[in-house]
Amino acid sequence: MLKMVVCLKQVPMVSELPWDPRTGTLQRDLAEGMMNPACRSALEAALRLRAGEGGEITAITMGPPMAEEVLREAIALGADRGVLLTDRRMAGADTSVTSYTLARAIERACAGFDLVLCGFSTIDSETAQVGPQLAEELAVPGVAGIDGIELFGRTVRMRRLSDNFLETLEMDLPGLITVATGENALQHVPLGGLQAAFDGAKILTLSADDLGLDPEIIGVKGSATRIISVTSPTAAKKNLVLTGAPKRIVEQLFERFDDKIGGAIGRDLKTEKAK
Amino acid sequence: MSANKKAIWVFGDYRNYFQNRVTLQLLSRAKDLAKKIGGEVCAVVFGHWTDEWVDDALSHNPTFCGVVKEYIAHGADKVYLTDHPRLSAYSMETYALLMERLAKREKPEMILIGATAFGREFAPRVAKRLGTGLTADCIGLDINGEGLLVQMAPSFGGNLVAEIVTPERRPQMATVRPGIFQEIPHDSVRTGEVVRVPMPVDLPADRVRLVRVERCPQREQKLEDAKVVVCGGRGLGSRKKFAKLFELAELLGGEVGATRPVVYADWAGHEALVGQAGKQIRPQILFSFGISGAIQHTAACNNARFIVAVNKNPNAAMMKRADVAIVADASQLCATLIQELKKRIR
Ligand SMILES: Cc1cc2nc3c(=O)[nH]c(=O)nc-3n(C[C@H](O)[C@H](O)[C@H](O)COP(=O)(O)OP(=O)(O)OC[C@H]3O[C@@H](n4cnc5c(N)ncnc54)[C@H](O)[C@@H]3O)c2cc1C
Ligand SMILES: Nc1ncnc2c1ncn2[C@@H]1O[C@H](COP(=O)(O)O)[C@@H](O)[C@H]1O
Repeated sequence: MLKMVVCLKQVPMVSELPWDPRTGTLQRDLAEGMMNPACRSALEAALRLRAGEGGEITAITMGPPMAEEVLREAIALGADRGVLLTDRRMAGADTSVTSYTLARAIERACAGFDLVLCGFSTIDSETAQVGPQLAEELAVPGVAGIDGIELFGRTVRMRRLSDNFLETLEMDLPGLITVATGENALQHVPLGGLQAAFDGAKILTLSADDLGLDPEIIGVKGSATRIISVTSPTAAKKNLVLTGAPKRIVEQLFERFDDKIGGAIGRDLKTEKAK
Repeated sequence: MSANKKAIWVFGDYRNYFQNRVTLQLLSRAKDLAKKIGGEVCAVVFGHWTDEWVDDALSHNPTFCGVVKEYIAHGADKVYLTDHPRLSAYSMETYALLMERLAKREKPEMILIGATAFGREFAPRVAKRLGTGLTADCIGLDINGEGLLVQMAPSFGGNLVAEIVTPERRPQMATVRPGIFQEIPHDSVRTGEVVRVPMPVDLPADRVRLVRVERCPQREQKLEDAKVVVCGGRGLGSRKKFAKLFELAELLGGEVGATRPVVYADWAGHEALVGQAGKQIRPQILFSFGISGAIQHTAACNNARFIVAVNKNPNAAMMKRADVAIVADASQLCATLIQELKKRIR
């Protein structure tokens, strides 16, 4: 009976994100939410382990009330229950504070866990820091970027590609892994409980007070890092626009940039005339 | 302690040395930053040099002793070194503990770590233990008017860049993407101090055990490493027209990339896919033909130094991020470009 916890984050569906044409920035508030792809891989890994070993899966997320959607989705995919951490005072947390908050909630709602599974990274913040920091917070061994996992009793054997080294690692439970997406990612599993997701899905909602967290050390207040500006590199770019007949355009391109193009390809592209 | 100079530490990540020179790049950047704060640059090295290390499958690394000299030659004023048989393979918990203890003792102002797979797991653990902030995978570092480290981090696949500071806690920490900064040339007469840090006697065994490790055969990274990439999208209109890109790429000595619709339509193989689901590229020049510039594609092109985009729609997102935006029919322009190049390359 494996007691598993999967950490899920709801991220904006980037392909649908509208851009502000004037500033070139993303209009995040208009975005639809979806389950972060690597978190989905983590959930799939948990489902496969449960299929082999039996056990129980708790999906947990910290986010605005709307993040409950990913918990329902997780339950539809087969998770047994969900925990939603939602509180205005938790907002704006950096990775260290996020891992602190998640750890306290896991200790509360999933005491005696065997394995915590996170995604390797999220597509909106892309830090890949929450998993390793959560392992530190929970004081359990942890391994990041796993693309294969097997269980032998209380020992997990994991495989990963790390900086061009194919590693096989082992640790004893309880422990934490972060799961990579991509070529080596775990296989898909069939959907389990679409019905369950809507009929009395078991979702526990917790606030900072429920967890007895000091509001001074969570959310934006507790975070060591400060974002001082956010810019879009594309908005600032002033470019050269060429129009007209292809022949003329290509001539202009070489007139202005023959050095640049020639430099990259290691050739002299100047015409005799130009020399 | 206070008499000491402010120190900028760079973690000596030597495991993949020849492919990945991020440590040297960071030493170089740290030197610039150190000038601005009147500080010194220190490398921190954990490892072990044994004969086995040299004969081992991992022996393509420079010898361990070599690393210390190498870092000094590339800009370190000081190298902290812990050398012990237990450190002969990278090990996360052990390294994190060594770094934690050393940092608590020496109190560096900043710690910079290469955003390798190891670095990106190691850094958050160290930051957590030191109770400080950390910015991931930075693409720029600077010092602001208040002497703080400004950490430039991409988000949404680089379509946004956030500037982040750690105002109060110390050290200020960042992982930095390889290939952003230029290393300083090797200077063999440069000297530096080597501080040997003994291995603690009370070090617990790592709870994660390395059962086996093999160096992967160097994967072919033609597209990823290409200096010139010619990328085509749905706007080329047909497989036949797309095929022209191969001719262009050949003339330019470059590689061909493709967007997802092109791969789905089988105008190009999956190995050519550029984007979130495919490869990251960083050419000196990127030619983009008939590509709208969806974020899942452009996220992988942000490191292109110079972009020439061809699209019949001047408002396509790809045109906005290009250095030269050519409003034209993609395949016609490709053909003209081929003609002109043939004339010029002799
Ligand atoms: C989870 C996810 C992952 C994805 N991963 C990737 C990925 O890794 N890589 C990737 O590429 N995509 C990826 N996509 C798809 C991506 O969102 C876009 O749909 C795709 O990049 C668009 O490809 P395109 O630019 O070739 O086609 P389109 O968007 O159809 O653009 C065609 C362009 O060609 C122009 N055009 C048309 N006719 C001509 C002409 N005659 N001459 C010149 N220009 C012309 C049009 O103006 C238009 O701008 C992903 C999507 C999702 C949801
Ligand atoms: N707000 C959150 N709630 C639950 N899990 C999270 C949250 N943020 C990050 N995680 C977990 O940490 C992983 C890595 O996230 P990141 O460090 O942001 O790249 C994600 O895939 C999740 O498993």
